[in-house]
Amino acid sequence: MKRILAAALMMGCALIAANAATAEPVKIGMITTLSGGGAGLGVDVRDGFMLALKQSGNKDVTVLVEDDAQKPELAVQIADKMIQSDKVQILTGIIWSNLAMAVVPNAVGQDIFYLSPNAGPSALAGAKCNKNYFNVAWQNDNLHEAMGNYATEAGYKKTFILAPNYPAGTDALTGFKRFYKGELGGELFTKLGQTDYAAEIAQIRASGADSVFFFLPGGMGIAFMKQYAQSGIKIPVMGPGFSFDQDVLGAIGDAALGVKNSSQWSKDLDNEANKKFVETFKAEYKRLPSLYASQGYDTANLVLAALGKASVMDADAFRAALKAADFQSVRGKFKFGPNNHPIQDIYVREVVKEEGTLTNKIIGVSFKDHQDAYAAECKM
Amino acid sequence: MSLALFVEQVLNGVQFGVTLFLMAAGLTLVFGVMGLINLAHGSLYMVGAFACAAVAAWSGSFWLGLAASIAAAAAAGAVVEWVVIRRLYDRDHLDQVLATFALILIFSEAMRWLFGPFPLYLDMPGLLSGSVTLPGGIEYPLYRLTIILVGIAVAAGLHLLIARTRIGMRIRAGASDREMVAALGVDIATLYTIIFALGAALAGFAGALVGVNQSVQVGMGEPVLILAFVVIVIGGIGSLKGALVGSLLVGVTDTMGRFLLPQIFSLVMDPSQATTVGAALASMLIYIVMALILAFRPRGLFAVTS
Repeated sequence: MKRILAAALMMGCALIAANAATAEPVKIGMITTLSGGGAGLGVDVRDGFMLALKQSGNKDVTVLVEDDAQKPELAVQIADKMIQSDKVQILTGIIWSNLAMAVVPNAVGQDIFYLSPNAGPSALAGAKCNKNYFNVAWQNDNLHEAMGNYATEAGYKKTFILAPNYPAGTDALTGFKRFYKGELGGELFTKLGQTDYAAEIAQIRASGADSVFFFLPGGMGIAFMKQYAQSGIKIPVMGPGFSFDQDVLGAIGDAALGVKNSSQWSKDLDNEANKKFVETFKAEYKRLPSLYASQGYDTANLVLAALGKASVMDADAFRAALKAADFQSVRGKFKFGPNNHPIQDIYVREVVKEEGTLTNKIIGVSFKDHQDAYAAECKM
Repeated sequence: MSLALFVEQVLNGVQFGVTLFLMAAGLTLVFGVMGLINLAHGSLYMVGAFACAAVAAWSGSFWLGLAASIAAAAAAGAVVEWVVIRRLYDRDHLDQVLATFALILIFSEAMRWLFGPFPLYLDMPGLLSGSVTLPGGIEYPLYRLTIILVGIAVAAGLHLLIARTRIGMRIRAGASDREMVAALGVDIATLYTIIFALGAALAGFAGALVGVNQSVQVGMGEPVLILAFVVIVIGGIGSLKGALVGSLLVGVTDTMGRFLLPQIFSLVMDPSQATTVGAALASMLIYIVMALILAFRPRGLFAVTS
């Protein structure tokens, strides 16, 4: 009798455990940019995320996708709707740091998990960090720090730097300057979404700088590079991967050939997860993945791995499962620092032409196991 | 700061001003002659840009695309006037704003449906690519220089059209007394359609010119529309001369503000703070200028008496 009881009890426990791990429906809300000049970034994050979900075969996860059109007020509205009427447990997807600042603090305050596949504003990495906020991409400064480091090593003495005037733009220039030892040829903030850079290019021409570092993601970078190529200025440009990734290279054209840029990921990173990701992404969407797609893919795999270990209803266990980051990242190795931001390698890449298509190739490592500068300020 | 840099920035300002003029000219004619607030003017700019991108991609020729931009925007303008705008002349401004705002949404959604949410990019025509050296050793992109020259030519052409031709005479007459002109046997309805299509064609042309240097995307017209309204309010509603002076003023003020303000602030604060404050103030500068002008000349610089 005792034995039967024990067996029944064990079976019951096993059932409960199985329930916790799989059967419970999970709702994920994805707020991302699917229209306008920033659409390329959001579409890649979404496609990467959906690819990972499809590969997992997990039928319990539903993802609601909405377009924020790169407008903070719209993102806030969508987040409210997703939390209050759709009852999502996890939010993700935001591309732009100004939108993240508008949505994330409020969402994590309501005990919603937020996993950032792109934006990593410094405020959320330091004093305003939150136990429910995980950044799966990078802290904003990181890629720019790597380029500052590269510019110093490459021997540039007078670099002209520019970025849009929004949280990620100020983080970008702060990050670059943190590791750049030379003198600045000039420093400019442009308007977010600006598409005419005549005034800035004139200043670059007159500055006598020996190189240009710019952070202009999406359509802004395309417009800048087109106009820069027409200006007749010959000094080399460089930037973070955002200024020269797969989403914009086609539109920039050959003007980008040979340009150095930094990224935590590249198509040619040699590990199993990445090979599978690049192959399947190409097969599914008939184009090459960008770093945004890799971030979306990693974000989904992180969530799926955590869901396999704990129920999202059990917030503490789920949080611990996320923090363990027990998944196969396309970056090879991946772990979270104390402020829930990645500690990772950052590479220097060069734009090359492969079979007639412009793409990136790793030429060196800028940082090994790099952690952001704000982790110490985070008390959680 | 070298003279060459200063001159280059002035040219940039003029180039920006000239593109604004192409937008503002149509807006001010429609507003001045027909008394209509047309918020959908930016959509016609977008239609022109998309037409140019589509035709240039299909035919491989930028010049065909440019012609298509003018034709498509003029056609869209004429149809819109005939179907919607015609019913609004006797209504108050609020109804006009409401109806033309609806047109913005319809146009944007139509373009998204036809061309998708991604921006399109136009290749620079080979003839106009690269830069030229101006007297004084100033290197300047040929394309931007061409825009300045084309803009000036359009302004001169418009002036001749309004001041010297029969249709221009009718447009001026229509502006001062609609009933009297109609009583004299002029087909005022057709005249209005022509004016509207002319304004639309100029907007579409501007959209195509800007599209080459930047990108062609849904919603590209609205930021320009706001500036074009600033221009015609500064210049005096209904005045072409006002639109020209206003556009150049706005173009040069905006460019020089973005250029000089951070430098001025860097005299009193550290560089990165100066760039942040300078950039923030520069984006407000044209509105400050507009407020100042309106404080002293409430009807704009070249107010049309009516």
